[in-house]
Amino acid sequence: MSARPFEDSAAAAPRPSITAKGLTKTYRTGEVEVQALRGVDLTLYQSELVVLLGPSGSGKSTLLNILGGLDRPTAGQVFFDGAELTAFDESAMTRFRRDNVGFVFQFYNLIPSLTARENVALVTEIAPQPIAPDEALRMVGLGERLDHFPAQLSGGEQQRVAIARAIAKQPRILLCDEPTGALDSKSGIIVLEAIQRVNEELGTTTALITHNAVIAEMADRIISFADGHIAETRVNPDKRRAGEMDW
Amino acid sequence: MSALDRKLRRDLWRLRGQVVAIAFIVASGVGVLIMSLSSLEALRETAAAYYERYRFAEVFAEVKRAPRVLEAKVAQLPGVQAVETRIVEFAIIDVEGFGEPIIGQFVSLPERGQPVLNRLALRSGRWIAPDRVDEVIIGEPFAEAYGLKPGDSFEAVLKGNKRSLQIVGIALSPEFVYSIGPGALMPDDERFGPFWMGREALAAAYDLEDSFNNLVLSLLRGSDPNVVIERLDGLLEDYGGVGAYARKDQVSNWFIMNELEQLRSMSRILPTIFLAVAGFLTNMVLARLIAMERTEIGLLKAFGYSNLAVGWHYAKMVMVMAGLGVLLGWAVGYGLGQFNTQVYAEQFRFPFLLYRPGPGPFVIAAVVSLLAALIGAAGAVRGAVALAPAEAMRPPAPPSFRKGGLSDGRLSGLLDQPSRMILRQLVRWPLRAFLTSAGIAMAVAVMISSLQWLDSIDHMVEVNFFQAQHQDIMVGLVDAEQESVLREFENLPGVLAVEPQRIVTAVFRAGTRRHRGALNGILPDARLQPAYDSAGRVVPVPPSGLVLSTMLAEKLGVEPGDKVWVEILEGRRPNLAVPVTALFDTYIGMPAYMDLAALNRLLLEPRRVAYLDLLVDEAEQAALFAELKETPKVAAVMVRRAAVDTFHETLARTLMIFVSFFVAFGCSLAFGVAYNTARIALSERGRELATLRVLGFSRWEISYILLGEVGLTVLVGLPLGCLTGLGLTWLITSAFVTELYRIPLVIEPATYGLAVVIVLLAAGISGLLVRRRLDRLDLIAVLKTRE
Repeated sequence: MSARPFEDSAAAAPRPSITAKGLTKTYRTGEVEVQALRGVDLTLYQSELVVLLGPSGSGKSTLLNILGGLDRPTAGQVFFDGAELTAFDESAMTRFRRDNVGFVFQFYNLIPSLTARENVALVTEIAPQPIAPDEALRMVGLGERLDHFPAQLSGGEQQRVAIARAIAKQPRILLCDEPTGALDSKSGIIVLEAIQRVNEELGTTTALITHNAVIAEMADRIISFADGHIAETRVNPDKRRAGEMDW
Repeated sequence: MSALDRKLRRDLWRLRGQVVAIAFIVASGVGVLIMSLSSLEALRETAAAYYERYRFAEVFAEVKRAPRVLEAKVAQLPGVQAVETRIVEFAIIDVEGFGEPIIGQFVSLPERGQPVLNRLALRSGRWIAPDRVDEVIIGEPFAEAYGLKPGDSFEAVLKGNKRSLQIVGIALSPEFVYSIGPGALMPDDERFGPFWMGREALAAAYDLEDSFNNLVLSLLRGSDPNVVIERLDGLLEDYGGVGAYARKDQVSNWFIMNELEQLRSMSRILPTIFLAVAGFLTNMVLARLIAMERTEIGLLKAFGYSNLAVGWHYAKMVMVMAGLGVLLGWAVGYGLGQFNTQVYAEQFRFPFLLYRPGPGPFVIAAVVSLLAALIGAAGAVRGAVALAPAEAMRPPAPPSFRKGGLSDGRLSGLLDQPSRMILRQLVRWPLRAFLTSAGIAMAVAVMISSLQWLDSIDHMVEVNFFQAQHQDIMVGLVDAEQESVLREFENLPGVLAVEPQRIVTAVFRAGTRRHRGALNGILPDARLQPAYDSAGRVVPVPPSGLVLSTMLAEKLGVEPGDKVWVEILEGRRPNLAVPVTALFDTYIGMPAYMDLAALNRLLLEPRRVAYLDLLVDEAEQAALFAELKETPKVAAVMVRRAAVDTFHETLARTLMIFVSFFVAFGCSLAFGVAYNTARIALSERGRELATLRVLGFSRWEISYILLGEVGLTVLVGLPLGCLTGLGLTWLITSAFVTELYRIPLVIEPATYGLAVVIVLLAAGISGLLVRRRLDRLDLIAVLKTRE
């Protein structure tokens, strides 16, 4: 990619994809109150790849869940396409997830009774403008394993199916929570390559949570979390290919 | 409390929905068993105590007329403990406002005090004054039917003389526990009742001064009634004795014993099936429940708990679940048992009721239920403790699915992914799916086998009262009359047709086997009441020889072509070997038929008739009844419509109450199975469903996947259940054979339908309950944690 819009925001004003304002989230578990988010302001821009870094419990996943419409903030607002996400009711929220968001989790959450192709078709059947399941799987390098069941795939392959499943609907946002957390480095890198490729080829806004600072090198921006708020936002001038990384 | 016990307590609370559903299943089995066995026990005990306290006789005999001095001779027979001679006569009663003639059985009482045998339980009023000839004590059921009380009076025709009688007391008697009129199958308290009068008064009315025509005996402990009967018959022969009989052949007692026998079949077979089904379901449900605890079992083992400790922990868990069900079943069974016994007692008319269920049924039910639960859990726990702790703690590897077979035919190409998930899930675990279907099938089957009683009884009524009988009224004559009596009755108002019958009491013997019953002489071309088999065919009665019901033939061990010794206990008391010419199946009783002319030939009494079947114009029925009440020749009037009504009414009171309990238990079974199936499926697949929600599937779409799977197993279970129901019903009807009834195997399509609908409803309600949980599925928590 030649253009680096995020280096200089004045150059070619990037369009915001999703915006969070003053997000707080308090969990109450029994007697204890946990402040997972303490006032987070954040905008994800179209086509950028953002890596969220931070220790466990710093609020990364909570933020991602709220952005993806899986959870609601205690206070604050989220805007997507000019609409206030935080005001959506349950069915509008489901609609939002169905049409706009792709999720990838640490534990792939594939449906064991469906083949790779069928797991992807699960999503394309209900999405408005999907790409063909075969094509999505080819993008993640699984064109040869279309008819394998999860039990017949390695962990990395399963995760790539999960990515294919997430992107087959052509989501506007792709949210990945520790996608390589359960994988060895070799498989992890293949998975990251798939994410990077999707980000570049489809222009999907991508947010990726990780513990692994090395992975941050593939990001356009790196956002560090600590204690429920954003500690640092850094633009990455030397974006690397996933295939060049090692840990 | 140890940490493990605390875990147990909280687990049980967490699983409370399933705990309740399992308790329901267990309670159904336990409740049915206790209800049935305890009512049976209570009725037996009550009958025995009643007989004992009110000194119910053990041998009964009727004579034409015997002098009272004979009493002393009878008392001296070896084995005899006490003798009571009596006068017993039938008479037509007229109660104001009731058109039909009522049959009263008049029994004499000693001039002072209680009789030695067959004592009365005086319910209200007083004893008869020694010198009053118009005072009478009446049976309580009859009094209740007409709201009669001491001080009221009614009219009776005693040997052609109309008398006004004054009621002074109301009583029950062990002789009329089952108060049944001549020729009837069920007590009909509006048309039959026992009456007690002073001996002198009855003797005067029937010209039996210093005589008796009925006597009853009690026996010394250990003496053989048959020996006493033989000697007694010898003594009574010259006085028109028609053969003494033992208590087991006494009408009321015979009916009670038959009913108890019927109840015994019911309380053995159905509850056993219920308990077995409940055991199977408990087993199945708990096995799946424990299988889900795999991670926790691994964790406990990792901490160093022994296999035994882990096993014991889960054993306690299932014992609490099953134990709750057992307690609930005990309480429900006890309550319903008592209720059920009361219902029966009302029909049987006991003056008191002993409901003191012994520990037997309670222990059996508890042991069976707990064992079933423990065995079910044991398999699952064994599977879990067999794993190395580390492996147990890892989520199970994704189950392997394979292409091909049922899930990937051409059909599969037409399916969307959610439907494919449902199908693959079922094909992947066919045994589990089958067991669930089997559980539902059992619920359907139990429901069918309970509901079918209604069909069977309707069918019995249809065949016995409508297809086989066409007379409106059957009249019993005081004595056998010449055939010319037919013309007399033909001329009565409203009578369209008359056909004669002769019914005599007879003892049938073949080898050592013996049956005391009735022999019906009918016209070979009888139209109003021909011999009729259970298949709805008229059975031709040949000019000579016997046509026996299969049940009687079996009892005697004879086949067509064999000879049966028939001793007719009437007239010249012939005892002849008669060939059996044909057999036929019946649902009710053990009838034996013969050509009327042939029967009269045996008796050397040509052209005699004793019963008349009348076809009546309904418009003139009232006039006919009025006429019959005044006809001295008439000893009994049996109205077919009334017989049908009482048959239905009585069964509605007893059998149907029983059946409705079974249906209720069947519902709770169905609910328990369906709820647990859906609930366990939810636990097993919560993660998958949450993933789908995250991917943008709506609640309804994931409900479809979960409930679709459950629904499909339920749908498979339904036809399976109908088949199993047919099998169970066959089992029940073949085991349910008494001398009085054979229950036909009849299941109407509507019964299948109803059973299916009830189970579908139960499944639907459980589905809705589980769907509410789907709405509350915690998406984040499910995705964050590994299983």
